[in-house]
Amino acid sequence: MTPDPRLAALVERADALFRDQSLAAVRDWKARTGGLAVGFLPIYVPRELLHAQGVLPVGLMGGRPDLEIIKGDAYYQSYICHLPRSTIELGLNGSYDALDGLIFPAICDVIRNLSGMWQMLFPNVLVHYLDVPQNFDPAIGGAFYRRDLETLAQSLEARGARPLTDEALRQSIALYNENRRLVRELYALRTRAPWKVPTSELYVVLRAALLLPVEEATPLFAEYLALATADESRRPQDQARVLVAGSFCEQPPLALIKTLERSGCYIVDDDFVQVHRFIRSDIATDGDPLQRLVQAFLTDAVASPTRYIADDVKGADLERRIADSGAEGVLFCAPSFCDPALLDQPMAVRAAERAAIPWTAFKYAENSGQFQVIREQAGTFADSIKLWSGV
Amino acid sequence: MSPPPAAVASPAQKDSSQVRQKEMIARHFDRLAAAPETGARSAYTFVPGNLTELLLSFDVLPVLPEINALQSAMRGKTAEYIAMAEKLGHSEDVCTYVKSDIGMMKSGNVGPTGQRLPSPDLLLLSYTGCFTFMKWFELLREEYHCPVAMLHVPYQADGRITDAMRTYVVDQLKSAVIPKLEQITGRPYDEDRLKALLARSAQAEDDLVWVLQSAKHVPSPIDAYFGAVYYVGPIFSAFRGTDDAVEYYRALREEIAARMREGKGPVTPDGEMERERFRVVVEGPPNWTSFRQFWKMFADEGAVAVASTYSKVGGVYDLGFRHDPDHPLETLAEYCLGCYTNLNLPTRIDLLTRYVQEYRADGFLINSVKSCNSFSAGQLHILREVEARSGRPGGFIESDLVDPRYFSAANIKNRLESYFQMLDQKRLGAAS
Repeated sequence: MTPDPRLAALVERADALFRDQSLAAVRDWKARTGGLAVGFLPIYVPRELLHAQGVLPVGLMGGRPDLEIIKGDAYYQSYICHLPRSTIELGLNGSYDALDGLIFPAICDVIRNLSGMWQMLFPNVLVHYLDVPQNFDPAIGGAFYRRDLETLAQSLEARGARPLTDEALRQSIALYNENRRLVRELYALRTRAPWKVPTSELYVVLRAALLLPVEEATPLFAEYLALATADESRRPQDQARVLVAGSFCEQPPLALIKTLERSGCYIVDDDFVQVHRFIRSDIATDGDPLQRLVQAFLTDAVASPTRYIADDVKGADLERRIADSGAEGVLFCAPSFCDPALLDQPMAVRAAERAAIPWTAFKYAENSGQFQVIREQAGTFADSIKLWSGV
Repeated sequence: MSPPPAAVASPAQKDSSQVRQKEMIARHFDRLAAAPETGARSAYTFVPGNLTELLLSFDVLPVLPEINALQSAMRGKTAEYIAMAEKLGHSEDVCTYVKSDIGMMKSGNVGPTGQRLPSPDLLLLSYTGCFTFMKWFELLREEYHCPVAMLHVPYQADGRITDAMRTYVVDQLKSAVIPKLEQITGRPYDEDRLKALLARSAQAEDDLVWVLQSAKHVPSPIDAYFGAVYYVGPIFSAFRGTDDAVEYYRALREEIAARMREGKGPVTPDGEMERERFRVVVEGPPNWTSFRQFWKMFADEGAVAVASTYSKVGGVYDLGFRHDPDHPLETLAEYCLGCYTNLNLPTRIDLLTRYVQEYRADGFLINSVKSCNSFSAGQLHILREVEARSGRPGGFIESDLVDPRYFSAANIKNRLESYFQMLDQKRLGAAS
């Protein structure tokens, strides 16, 4: 069997978008449509709302390792994570000039404070701090969140976006439902047959989609799913099935993901580029669509470390994911100085131990360049799983 | 058994207000220590966004883990506590208050007076101005298995409190916090009692603001950073709304008024400051493991902190907010929303610039602590902006809250000395 060249071509196309730090694709889209483009930081914003107003949501996840940080480091002490440095760098070097605004979801104090810096550094763009509720009662946290989304919609309209209408929002929800369904299928295929969907490939496709309108991202997913499913040249190898946890904000370098795979791990579940999966299932398209978006956030979002777990047992979601993915081990892979991931980790470790599977932990930064130590650690971990599991 | 150390180590020279505060704190910890026998209920909660009056209206005793951590640092215990927490899997990268608290708990939960603290009947998670708070109490919940009341306080991202924010907090007080307090105490919410407590809070707040603003006088009779740690102690912790607090702040005000009349400077670790050479505004929390040494580095140079932001973490009263007994839940919401670390960066910059100008400061210093991203993320931007707006030079030093590994005395002293020399040079240059 020979590899399907169409698959390689698709991944190459996605990789070009992934490498597009100056958002050329977004500039093209704006030139074609005349619409607004609004960036958002990890982890989640309801992209449906932006789309319904004709706005292109653009997912920003920091910088690639080859981005030289010149100005960004002057804004942050050494003990603060890397993502805000590269975000500032890309803002100041003009890479984000195409963006008419930025949304900062409430996930940690660093992103929170960055929102205020952005207000001062870029006074002409919209800055919206999306203060997602930690109270999940629809009448309380839901009402607050709804009001915040209405404010966001009004702010976008004031900048020239279309007014938000129920009908447009329903259509957008339907489009994103299809988009999420395909991502779920991709993840399910990877769980069943991880050799067919190398994570280093899937990751690039997911990242590429952050720059595309949903009308283009969905066909990209569909095509990748079809080609990966059909490619019989990819054969299973004797690798350990691992779940990677903790990489939901600042992203690991692609080389790190490749290192994990080369060291003998099949990644069968992860937290990468989580916006595509933050809402777990379809959002209903009947009734009040804005309320449907609110309800989805309240009741159907992933149990992120950034989210208060009120009623469920802390870590229960990780246990479920371990069971569902058939993971044989967990790699806690968090960015250095990431409060949500690292403060959560002792509780997540306990969940892995309840699930009776081994784990190991290491840290990275988005600009990490040396992976030998991680390769040895992950390789030893994978070997130990293959040698000792079930003994 | 060694004698119980002071709850907060104080300067050698003690004013009567300090003696009074020490007695108040001792009584509080006595009540906590006796709780298993008396049946008194306790709630662990945080300084920013604390709901002390509401807790006291139910006769629930507040326990502040942040204050326990800083007091552990002053007693030299945190190196051991942090090491224990890191051994248990807590990352070296995260907040050392959390790790100190975990280590203290694992070591028997002995508080600053040498007495064992009761396990909480409630974790009151007032999620105000700090993401770590949420994770901290998720961690404690796994240890104590007690109820948690979550109060999510929205961030003032646009520099103002909206009706939606206020309503959101009030609704949570009604539906999540008060029912939990009723549940653990078996008593109904008593609004009249809460109002009475809030009225006393406002009285104490008036006097606290007067004390803090006394630093506008030249020479300043107080140190509004190191000294203010003692001044804000009662109102930021277990005493807001009590007669004790009202009396303490009245007495403190009288003491400071007397110092001002006599033209005296602040009391420092080495006694009264003879000559005020530099007036500085300070941003960021102090280092607690070497608190006196740190303070002495300022005092030795004749540097007085005339305003600070740390003394506003439990409430920015000098901007006019007072607890309003006529609107008890709304005023608690406004209080939570207005705490310093819940203000956005532009507001913090405005406030610091205003302090530099109103308090006639020669400059401002930022003590950036590794543990606290809420404070620290963005401080280099603050430095540049406040310099540009105020025309006064800023200085930047780095340390930590309670991890002694991150207090490099020689480096900090060197930076401070250079900074004060630079202020001197500027002054000479201006005079020539």
